[in-house]
Amino acid sequence: MPNIEVNGKSYETDEEGYLVNLGEWNRDVADYIAKAESVDMTDQHWEVVDFLRGYYDEYQIAPAVRVLTKAIGKKLGPDKGNSQYLYELFPYGPAKQACKIAGLPKPTGCV
Amino acid sequence: MAETVVAPAYRVIPIIPELKPGSMGQVRSFVANEKIQTALGFPGQVVDDWHEKALAKMAELLGKYRSLKVYMDACVHCGACSDKCHYFIGTQDPKNMPVARQDLLRSVYRRYFTLAGKYFPWLVGARDLTRDVLDEWYTYFNQCSECRRCSVFCPYGIDTAEVTMAAREILDSVGYGQKYTNEIIGKVHSIGNNLGLPAPALIDTLQGLEEDVKEDTGVDVRFPIDVKGAEVLLITPSADFFAEPHIDSLIGYAKVFHAAGISWTLSSMSSEAGNFGMFIGNYDQLRKIAMRIREAALELGVKRIVVGECGHAWRVAYSFWNTLTGIGNGADDPFALQLQRQLDQRYRQPTHICELTWDLIERNALRFNKEANDPYVVTFHDSCNVARGSRMGDFAGGQFEIPRNIIRAVANHFVEMADHTTREKTFCCGGGGGLLTDDLIDLRVKGALPRMEALQEVVDLHGVNFMATICAICKAQFSKVLPYYKFDRRLVGGVHQLVSNAIILGETH
Repeated sequence: MPNIEVNGKSYETDEEGYLVNLGEWNRDVADYIAKAESVDMTDQHWEVVDFLRGYYDEYQIAPAVRVLTKAIGKKLGPDKGNSQYLYELFPYGPAKQACKIAGLPKPTGCV
Repeated sequence: MAETVVAPAYRVIPIIPELKPGSMGQVRSFVANEKIQTALGFPGQVVDDWHEKALAKMAELLGKYRSLKVYMDACVHCGACSDKCHYFIGTQDPKNMPVARQDLLRSVYRRYFTLAGKYFPWLVGARDLTRDVLDEWYTYFNQCSECRRCSVFCPYGIDTAEVTMAAREILDSVGYGQKYTNEIIGKVHSIGNNLGLPAPALIDTLQGLEEDVKEDTGVDVRFPIDVKGAEVLLITPSADFFAEPHIDSLIGYAKVFHAAGISWTLSSMSSEAGNFGMFIGNYDQLRKIAMRIREAALELGVKRIVVGECGHAWRVAYSFWNTLTGIGNGADDPFALQLQRQLDQRYRQPTHICELTWDLIERNALRFNKEANDPYVVTFHDSCNVARGSRMGDFAGGQFEIPRNIIRAVANHFVEMADHTTREKTFCCGGGGGLLTDDLIDLRVKGALPRMEALQEVVDLHGVNFMATICAICKAQFSKVLPYYKFDRRLVGGVHQLVSNAIILGETH
């Protein structure tokens, strides 16, 4: 398995760069993964990442895109509560790219 | 007089693309790791005696499936299939010609299973099974989406998908599985769906949808789950609970059930229509996945089983469920017989959601405000497994007409793409058959080329801005690849998404 190294510590990832041990995640690792994905983390990005992690803690899966957009809309206003806003933050797709940065497993299946 | 005579424009004649040998030889889907493989009962990694094991599995399959032996023997290399594959058209790699892909397996078949190949291999194109050959199988049999378009053009009716399935079955048996597909099959066994969506998350999502629809329409449309005694069990791809645009079709199904007053339920234990067991050609996996649905149907006591918008699931349901599980008539074990007594045989078992909706439309049981879809000029992409592996309704070609009939009933503007790209000649979206994975994005983008060309044509001619389809894979694949062709990813959506936009709920008086 490939590894990434952040602040002198080594983290195991899978072939696609998803963190293998979810408990090892921290903000520096997230920053590192985001850089590799050419995503510049802003407060708006962290809002999404924090929501994903909270939801995952409760449900052991990332939220449906619709659940995510609704939650973001409630928090940041209706103009942000749509998938277009999320695609602007995470151009490769909010479900996969945001999950990767949040240290969650990749959603599989027909998505 | 002469000045009014104008020469017609040159026609664009489809040509066989220039060959780029080996251009896709390095595009290899990730190999499944030990954990993924052993969960399905396959060896964790390529076994030491892979050579003997592979040939033994091949012998077993040739004995078990007479069709496979016919396909190995019957090909005369006429070339009718060669330029019919979207992956060949898009990649120009000659090994993606259907005939060449099959010959990767056929050459080995000849070497070990035919008299001429055993004694004069050089005369009949027979090859030894070497590690290079095994690797080549892995590469190119994971570049076929099992869409069977080439089979439509084969004068011998060779089902190329079955050859791909056999090759993948052999590869799995020696410990050389594909990560994407096998990981997903494992999730169905352990959690109940391809996504790995546990029941509490599913229930939370459905509650959210009830709130959303109430907010949008003012009507309490339910999304019931695990309701014993419901009339209908809806089996739909788990992407319908998770992804966009999939979820909009789920809302459409719920509105249809609501408007028609049909009681229905989902099952948290059996929350997946997809059956990737078919993609790897493994009967045991295919059956094990399908059995969850029978178990849920018996548990919930439903009278009908309805399948949502999922292409290969409908092929499995329509063509295989009868003998696999006894949904429909076929299997004769006690539970299958119990299920057949339980189901209401006045309805088709199973029923496609499009059949259900169209039956209701024909009986004037649904009303629509078609103008709600006026912003859209709609075209329809036939999904391969529905088009070439199943049927709908009680007439030939129902699987083509019924979805189109629904679109015409709910939208005012509908146009067709070019004939050679629709109905039984439809092109695969480029992501079917277990290839809808990020590690194959190069192949997926290239494989979408012929569909994107046909789409571009109707976009230019008619201003098409919505391509409807009834498959979760097609929806996810197009959402991803449309932007590579300068289209908006939201140009693709479901047939029941259009139904959802137009259907009239509740009292209007």
